[in-house]
Amino acid sequence: MNYIKILLNGIFKENPTFVLLLGMCPTLATTTSAINGLSMGLATMFVLICSNLVISLIKNLTPDMVRIPVFVVVIASFVTILQMIMQAFVPAIYATLGLYIPLIVVNCIILGRAEAFACKNGPLQSIFDGIGMGLGFSLALTLLGAVRELLGAGSIFGIGLLPETCNMLLFILPPGAFITLGYLIAIVNKFKKA
Amino acid sequence: MEYILIFISAIFVNNIVLSQFLGICPFLGVSQKVTTSLGMGAAVAFVLTLATIVTYLVQMFILEPFGLQYLQTIAFILVIAALVQMVEIVLKKVSPALYQALGIFLPLITTNCAVLGVAILVIQKEFSLVQSVVYAFSTAIGFALALTVFAGLREQLAFVNVPKGMRGMAIVLVTAGLLSLAFMGFSGVDGGLKILFGLN
Repeated sequence: MNYIKILLNGIFKENPTFVLLLGMCPTLATTTSAINGLSMGLATMFVLICSNLVISLIKNLTPDMVRIPVFVVVIASFVTILQMIMQAFVPAIYATLGLYIPLIVVNCIILGRAEAFACKNGPLQSIFDGIGMGLGFSLALTLLGAVRELLGAGSIFGIGLLPETCNMLLFILPPGAFITLGYLIAIVNKFKKA
Repeated sequence: MEYILIFISAIFVNNIVLSQFLGICPFLGVSQKVTTSLGMGAAVAFVLTLATIVTYLVQMFILEPFGLQYLQTIAFILVIAALVQMVEIVLKKVSPALYQALGIFLPLITTNCAVLGVAILVIQKEFSLVQSVVYAFSTAIGFALALTVFAGLREQLAFVNVPKGMRGMAIVLVTAGLLSLAFMGFSGVDGGLKILFGLN
């Protein structure tokens, strides 16, 4: 298998947000601004790479019957490590993302990749799959966050672009998340068919 | 009075799906028909309430006395996964009829982030056990309500001619956005109730 192909597969062909529609909860909840979306994406990517690596290493040691519980424990351990790292080094972002950091455990992307990729492939390929999927997820979240921030607060990454009179607060509020993602998926569908 | 406030606030004002974005996967996945969404709602109500009680007790009597709060995430997810399995086995034995109705939804609930989310939220909010149970139950009712209303909308959507690019998930998400907008009309109700009950 070509490593570049695995990498690009996660970013474009099987983008977890726009194509596979996995991990919707953090996608909708944390993308109130571009920076929040990016942080959530990177946090998920960290857990994804580590869990993919460990699961591909222990895949031959785990009996098939208890596969899922073992995977969940591996993922939960990395989420706990991530929580401690974030609390120590980026407490402000940890406070903003709040509940959604421990909830990475139940993010379907991670368990999904463990089942669909890591438990069938070698460690190096699994790392690349983790990076690709993680980048695809981060890109999607950053894009969604940027669109919502631009429409709702008139800025991207905190840099003001539109005058305050253009702000539509709705896009920062919960309904804006659903509506923006809906239209982004429609645009992606349009390009996919062309 | 306090419990009524938690009840109303969890169902309408801070609806778990439409304003806190927990449990989006079943919300989008199992909402094609009103009957299935009612089944899913009932299964979640049952597991969510039970899981919140158990995780609350685990937190109070195991994690906190031994200073193991950092193991919260791992402990909770394991407790929830085990609990769902146990509920499935017990239900199969005790009430086959109920198992028939809820059975297919039970395995899906382990990865429903609403269950883990509420278990962590009640600890963060420092609720008492009774408050936690009321909160968990009302949250689940809110989930069932959102799911059922949305299923009703989607059933109607089948008769509509949707533009080509918007078909599939795109139109479903925009519809969810409009429903969420409707629920935003309830914001401030909890503040009003607080004044009415004199709880400030």
